[in-house]
Amino acid sequence: MIVEKAIKTQPMVIQLGPSHPAMHGTIKIVVELDGEVVTRADVEIGYLHRAFEKHCEEGTYFQAIPYTDRLNYVSPMICNFGYGMGVEKLLGIQVTERCEFIRLIMSEISRVSDHLTSVGASAMELGAMTAFLYMIKAREFFWELIEAACGARVTVAFVRIGGVKADLPEGFGEKARRAISEVRQTLKEVDGLLTKNPIFTDRMQGVGAITTADAVSYGFTGPLLRACGVNYDVRKYQPYHVYDRLNFDVPTGSNGDNYDRYLVRMQEIEQSLRLIEQALAKIPPGPINVDLEGRVMAASEMTDRGKLGDTQGLTDYRAFLSPNLQGMEKSRYQLNNTTDKNVALPPKESVYTSIEGLMNHFKLVMLGHGIRPPQGEVYSAVEGANGEFGFYMVSDGSDRPYRVHVRAPCFPLMAALHRMIEGGMVADIVPTFGSINMIGGELDR
Amino acid sequence: MGLGNLSIGGMITTRLDKAIGWAQKFSIFQYPFITACCGMEYMAVACSHYDIDRFGAGLPRFSPRQSDVLMVVGTISHKQAPILKKIYDQMCEPKWVVAFGVCTCTGGFYDNYATVQGIDTIIPVDVYIPGCPPRPETVLDGLIKLQKKIAGEAVAPANAGATSTSMDV
Amino acid sequence: MTAESITIRRLKEAFGSHIRETHAYRGDDTVVIDREALVNVATLLKQDADLEYSFLIDITAVDYLKTDKAPRFEVVYHFFSLPHKQRVRIKVPLAADDLEIDSLVPLWPGANWYEREVYDMFGVRFRGHPNLKRILLYEEFEGHPLRKDYPYNKRQPIVKPGGNI
Repeated sequence: MIVEKAIKTQPMVIQLGPSHPAMHGTIKIVVELDGEVVTRADVEIGYLHRAFEKHCEEGTYFQAIPYTDRLNYVSPMICNFGYGMGVEKLLGIQVTERCEFIRLIMSEISRVSDHLTSVGASAMELGAMTAFLYMIKAREFFWELIEAACGARVTVAFVRIGGVKADLPEGFGEKARRAISEVRQTLKEVDGLLTKNPIFTDRMQGVGAITTADAVSYGFTGPLLRACGVNYDVRKYQPYHVYDRLNFDVPTGSNGDNYDRYLVRMQEIEQSLRLIEQALAKIPPGPINVDLEGRVMAASEMTDRGKLGDTQGLTDYRAFLSPNLQGMEKSRYQLNNTTDKNVALPPKESVYTSIEGLMNHFKLVMLGHGIRPPQGEVYSAVEGANGEFGFYMVSDGSDRPYRVHVRAPCFPLMAALHRMIEGGMVADIVPTFGSINMIGGELDR
Repeated sequence: MGLGNLSIGGMITTRLDKAIGWAQKFSIFQYPFITACCGMEYMAVACSHYDIDRFGAGLPRFSPRQSDVLMVVGTISHKQAPILKKIYDQMCEPKWVVAFGVCTCTGGFYDNYATVQGIDTIIPVDVYIPGCPPRPETVLDGLIKLQKKIAGEAVAPANAGATSTSMDV
Repeated sequence: MTAESITIRRLKEAFGSHIRETHAYRGDDTVVIDREALVNVATLLKQDADLEYSFLIDITAVDYLKTDKAPRFEVVYHFFSLPHKQRVRIKVPLAADDLEIDSLVPLWPGANWYEREVYDMFGVRFRGHPNLKRILLYEEFEGHPLRKDYPYNKRQPIVKPGGNI
């Protein structure tokens, strides 16, 4: 008591960031401290503003796709599909059933890798380096899947308006199941390391909490809102792809603190793995090289047998050579892309072998031609890893989007960061910031 | 080739250069200036699968005063540029800069009002690693190139001719 | 055309004279209103028991300079109602020489940053906003880049270090 009266504290202003050890991603937080307690915080963003929305207006509808990869660069597939769905809504077209399944599988793979990164990074910021290494190891298995499907690890550009770039490669299901079991194993290990670890729980429980009313009024979505007990998930409330045909739960918390956010993310990973498994089992088959008994047969093997003179019966086989990019041959391509010639780029097989295909390609990619959605505006949302990821698009009837606006899930979360850290300790800023999983690309665009 | 050139002093300095270069190239303390997408690949390089530790660069230092390689990872916007310059100025000699990813090399496809068109317009760069983002193998290749550069640099003459250009603060 | 949704009907009943246009293109309920009515419309959307639009999902703007639309700007609001699983879009046209509109911060604190972004990118001023300054760009930046008359690659000099970091 006497000491408290004797020492008068003065408020101190400290600037955390933009380049700070524990700030993965660049933001600036100016905090006013009373001892170690944060009394006021001011968050500044915008250090990664790179004019995404302006670029979309400058190019054609296709040319915006690579930029969408770099919005949420931890789960780029979801941003891709969000954009694709937006343009499809403008055009009023449907994609094929197989395409919906492919999109769902790839979205969930991305969501898992996002959550793995986010949980790993926030654990690392509390000093749990091991958990981070484990999580990134697990993420690598999933990135190998993404690479197998689209050829890139991070910046995928997998979506096409009215479809996807290519069909899933052969043997993808088997590979995916192996990766899932690896991830499950890792999750078990990390769960053992963190969930009941007193060092971890003491730093996380009751820290960075926000009330449900505040979360709603700030427009929270995603894991942070669900940690407050609101079960809003775009996948359940306004199902897209084929989410309404598969079983999954929406995990919720109750306290709205960092620990609940961690639990929600961990449970969501499991739900996503469930979704991938179900989708892999239910995905409608596409024609691939099969022999007379219906077994899968590689085109190369078929050629080899032909060379050896074993041509008996081969004439009855349906063989599809991939002349260039795997998964883009006509038969498979048409299964996961819309057949609307005004929208979907034709398969490369047609482009290189027929004048019709070449003209079709030409008409779609040349400047001043391209796809031309009718005048109008749409808002289309997907459930990103951080919450509702929305695209608001305006078309003026030309081949370029008149306006593309991204509703980034991080944005409202960061707007409320000061509410979560005020009244807490300085040391709690970092885990709270980590629990938001701020992604500069989608925050600043 | 006269014997005069093989004077004791000359031999010692070249040997010393080699020894110091050899030691330095395997003890890189990097400062990851991570801003954007490339950070994801940086994480991948730093962790178990690709393990940058094999090349003696495993320990990131998050303080510019304790690090000797500045890894600029990700797009640098106009708002970010002064901060990058300040970080670079705070690092002690000898220091090297790695431009990680095409945004730092040239600005990449972000040719717009907000993005710096290559960090070499702000600070000198030693190694450029292209790619959007570069694959981990590319990063490791870039790192090996940097190590070669570090090993080949003469240390002793710079110390001997202490005309000090960078110390006039 | 299918029947009007309950949202559009309620808004028409309550603010008939302030509603300029409604449509449901591709199933998105859209209401274009006068700017004087914005706060009242938003309050109704939030508090009416049949609507309960508790989420302010997004605020943005569009510059219609390159089209023949009459007022040049439009501020666009997206709301979401959790119990009714409904979305609605409210649009407020604004003339270029009078870019002012009431702020929604008193109703939704989350509007704060969205409005700052719209100000930053389009120069729309929000009356009653507690802290209306640039958010994504820096103070020294001149102009509003998402306006159609701002060239996408018009660069401005980099601010010297030592200023505000």
